[in-house]
Amino acid sequence: MRKLLLTASIIAIGAAVMPASAETVRWARNSDSLTLDPHSQNQGVTHTFAHHIYETLVDREVDGSLIPRLATDWSVKADDPNVWVFKLREGVKFHDGADFTAEDVVFSLDRARSDKSNMKQLHASVESVTAVDDHTVEVKMAGPSPLYPNNLTNTFIMDKTWTEANNAVTVQEAGSADDNYAVRNANGTGPYILESRDPDVRSVLKINENHWAETKPAVTEIIFLPIADNATRVAALLSGEVDLVQDVPVQDIERLSNTAGLKVETGPENRFIYFGYRVSEAPLKTSNITDKNPLSDVRVREAMHLAIDRNAIKQVVMRGQSMPTGVANPPFVNGWTPELDAYPEKADIEGAKKLLADAGYADGFTITLDTPNNRYINDEAISQAVVGMLGQIGIKVTLASRPVTQHSPLIQNEETDFYLLGWGVPTFDSAYVFNDLIHSKEGHYGAYNPSGYSNKELDAKIQSLGTEVDLDKRNATIAEIWAKVQEDRVLLPIHNQVLAYAMKDGLSLAVHPENQPRLYNITIGQ
Amino acid sequence: MTTQPNLAPPAAAKPRSRLYRMWDSDIFFSFRRSPVTIVAAIVAVLLIGAALLAPWIAPYNPFDPSSLNLMDGFTPPNSQSMMGNYFLMGSDHQGRDVFSTILYGSRVSLFVGVLATAFAMLIGISLGLTAGYVGGKTDAVIMRVADIQLSFPAILIALLIFGIARGIIPPSKQENMALWVLIIAIGLSNWAQFARTVRGATMVERQKDYVSAARIMGVHPLFILVRHVLPNVMAPVLVIATIGLALAIIEEATLSFLGVGVPPTQPSLGTLIRIGQQFLFSGEWWILFFPAITLILLALAVNLLGDWLRDALNPRLR
Repeated sequence: MRKLLLTASIIAIGAAVMPASAETVRWARNSDSLTLDPHSQNQGVTHTFAHHIYETLVDREVDGSLIPRLATDWSVKADDPNVWVFKLREGVKFHDGADFTAEDVVFSLDRARSDKSNMKQLHASVESVTAVDDHTVEVKMAGPSPLYPNNLTNTFIMDKTWTEANNAVTVQEAGSADDNYAVRNANGTGPYILESRDPDVRSVLKINENHWAETKPAVTEIIFLPIADNATRVAALLSGEVDLVQDVPVQDIERLSNTAGLKVETGPENRFIYFGYRVSEAPLKTSNITDKNPLSDVRVREAMHLAIDRNAIKQVVMRGQSMPTGVANPPFVNGWTPELDAYPEKADIEGAKKLLADAGYADGFTITLDTPNNRYINDEAISQAVVGMLGQIGIKVTLASRPVTQHSPLIQNEETDFYLLGWGVPTFDSAYVFNDLIHSKEGHYGAYNPSGYSNKELDAKIQSLGTEVDLDKRNATIAEIWAKVQEDRVLLPIHNQVLAYAMKDGLSLAVHPENQPRLYNITIGQ
Repeated sequence: MTTQPNLAPPAAAKPRSRLYRMWDSDIFFSFRRSPVTIVAAIVAVLLIGAALLAPWIAPYNPFDPSSLNLMDGFTPPNSQSMMGNYFLMGSDHQGRDVFSTILYGSRVSLFVGVLATAFAMLIGISLGLTAGYVGGKTDAVIMRVADIQLSFPAILIALLIFGIARGIIPPSKQENMALWVLIIAIGLSNWAQFARTVRGATMVERQKDYVSAARIMGVHPLFILVRHVLPNVMAPVLVIATIGLALAIIEEATLSFLGVGVPPTQPSLGTLIRIGQQFLFSGEWWILFFPAITLILLALAVNLLGDWLRDALNPRLR
């Protein structure tokens, strides 16, 4: 009995002392990082998690400006406008103790633009990467690329020796069953070290005492907990099982901000939610019309655009927490204009029905809509609402709802006729949207364009954006491309997301416009 | 001293209608004597009847997305929405009438439950008859498989089968097949109880003279099983089937609650509960409450009927 008491008191003392010595933040969001291989998935949740372990050459401030991270300085080479020169930070070490050198940067950029990489479109115009000395790297571009550093904010640097020693040089191909050592292990330069990982359950990060930054993070341990179910995630915060919930369901914002001891931060995200569809001539896989593709007719796409009541989705499904839009481009991004953003105030059912009849589909048609159910705010409910709205003009939609890990491969492997997706724009420039969503799926381009949309003239214009130095001329080209994209209704945008983070009162973390909160920036009060 | 059994038919017996004789039977005597069973039967008949007649009773058709108006969403029970539509049990986040959705959802739940139980019965009875009649190695193999299966929770097996089906069926066909996959998954996870019971009863029947007689006369074993043995093992099977139906309904609800069941545009009771629980913290209680109560009542009523049937058919309790 005495022994038991002793043990109990030791545990009690230990529990009382713990908070002073270590600050643990239990961080819950709706889905897990898809992989730890930093070049395998160009996806927000994966990048957000990776930013704590790995680092990039340049990083982006909350206001959109670029700031140094592993590169201290970057500029176009004086005598060659096609070459970017990066000066690297000295004295940086990887978690396993190896020195960070130019060799690692050359290796990582080459890996990121390799065939199986999901990041390759960001480096499409790179010709070669060379190390000048231990702390200088030159990137030779196909032509002048004034905005290239913007593409580097999610390209993480790995240790060449570690990756080669563990046979992880080949990138795990997105959407495939590939596997390599780097998928489950990590060795970066970042402020946290991966301590344990149980995919979809729990990952633990410990502070990196040898990190180069002068100010050490206030949070010394991060426990990352994917909790798919909205109500469970909120209940976990209410009951004190977690400290920070990144994906707060819109219906619970009010309740959480009225709860003592908790607070909610909201702000706009640099991300739009849209529907994509197969527009090529080949018949759809899931339609009752088997001899042609109704969606290859632009009038049908225009009808769908008119039938969707974006304001109703905002008011009911999103409870006011969204910014409806008519263009697949958030206001943060270069190329956005209020004119493009305009959308029908109310659904025009009659107009839409007439367009469908003109196209020869007066009786409508059937199609299956693939939607994720744990990736974006109320993704499944948005899709469900759109099923109803399209039903009113005779398009009978079957809804197929899946977790994002099963949904993404459908898009990457072109197995979907009609799908919901969200797209963030980390470069803050329209070219990023064009490269992945509009350009024909070929080579470095069109990784997320399963639509079969292919316009050679447009492709040429999109490619020219990578090398155009005259910014006025470049912006004019962007405007031309947007005009054509809108005219062809290549994408069916719904709204820009508004984010809400809920946390314990003592913590302080502002909403990140790319929804990539960095927990090393958390300040702890009281 | 014992009294001689009266073998002669009662002289004063009036000719009774078939219905009256059924009413007067042992089973219905015990039915009349149990108020709980009567209430359970009334509830079950009401719920099942309402589900069957849903297209005529329900004020809206929630399975027709084109009839929905998003702006009707989140209307509290017994009130009118901004669009002027009346909702007895309120409306959900898509503007669907909760009352109509429950009626249509119960149809899905019952459809899956009945077919899954029938499927489980078919497999269980066939395997049980075979095992009990043939015996030997066949018996050992079948019963060990059943033992292994019984040592896992049924829901795990259903999830496993569901996952395999998802892997086999191409994505473009998955949604149309979802209901059938669900039925097969639940059916395959519940056959073992039937097989066990039928096997035991078959082994008893097999020893009896009438079976031996039939066998000696050269009757085909299949015929013996179906015509002679099966009718004599049906009583316990019916009891398991009734309780199994309640279990299948709950299992379907669990699978749909976990998000692997029917598509959200054609919700079953489980899907409705999954949707509703998201709005519990924000105060829209009716989206969860009414489907949950319906599921409880349905499962409880069917279960109580199963309990009663078990007691009524058990000669030792008479």
